[in-house]
Amino acid sequence: MKNFKFLVLGIVFGFILIKGEVISWFRIQEMFRFQSFHMYGVICSAIVIGMISIFIIKKFNIKTFSGAEIKIAPKEFTKGNIIGGLLFGLGWAMTGACPGPLYALIGSGSLIVIVILLSAVFGTYMYGVLKDKLPH
Amino acid sequence: MNFLTQPWPWYITGPLIGLMVPLLLLFGNKAFGISSSLRHICAMCIPTNVKFFKYDWKAESWNLIFALGMIVGGCIAGIVFKNPNNIALSESAVTSISTLGITNFSGLIPAEVFTFSSLLTLKGFILMVVGGFLIGFGTRYANGCTSGHAIMGMSNLQWPSLVSTCCFFAGGLLMTWVILPHIMKL
Repeated sequence: MKNFKFLVLGIVFGFILIKGEVISWFRIQEMFRFQSFHMYGVICSAIVIGMISIFIIKKFNIKTFSGAEIKIAPKEFTKGNIIGGLLFGLGWAMTGACPGPLYALIGSGSLIVIVILLSAVFGTYMYGVLKDKLPH
Repeated sequence: MNFLTQPWPWYITGPLIGLMVPLLLLFGNKAFGISSSLRHICAMCIPTNVKFFKYDWKAESWNLIFALGMIVGGCIAGIVFKNPNNIALSESAVTSISTLGITNFSGLIPAEVFTFSSLLTLKGFILMVVGGFLIGFGTRYANGCTSGHAIMGMSNLQWPSLVSTCCFFAGGLLMTWVILPHIMKL
């Protein structure tokens, strides 16, 4: 099963999110109130490690384990980066979660989060329906 | 064993999250990002003629498998190796959150607000249903979430990701400081 490695990586990632408490509504409130360094330390050190990794991959032209050239699609700018970003930010502070944490929280036994996830799926669906009418 | 039940400090958690970026690239040429999984769920489960969901979601199934893994990982970390103590929040955070009317600080999310019975209250409905909707709508509109933009995009020096990350924070600050106190009084 070629996707098995992604299952394992997902398990590891879900484990990290819970142990780092970055999926906690309390921690997210603490972050937006600037009352602890925890979340800022997590996000900034993650970006630094990600940055160094991508730099090394590009610099030494490192291939995937199966020998393919590593390609990363650039992010294109639209007005959605701003409007969508603000809307998601509101939801982040309300639920204390972004998409990744929703899955990890459900696994940790907070079944109520299934409601938030279903609502997020519906939100994504409504974006698809309204896409052509929204400014981009 | 302590390492598995105790919460991890930022300097362990952050670098480990950052390592997901090269691991996904090396294992399968995949860009780290979670919110796309919500789109794949729509394409997979909702019969629709909407063009945005007419694509080969099976080609992106790794993303759904990764999400499934996160549920399992959450289960292992949150149930098997459950942290028996409350989250060690800063004192000032406990004070501020208390003023929102929250007294139960056990667990990862406030049990007073996030329950099935509070779904029927205006406060619970807004926080969970409207909040969830904004996550799904906003991340797709912005073409990424905290993982896709703040971590993957910024790691790859993409300026649109920096713009989005700033907007995520601006939205979060507006909610926390201006709107949330009113919602919590409902």
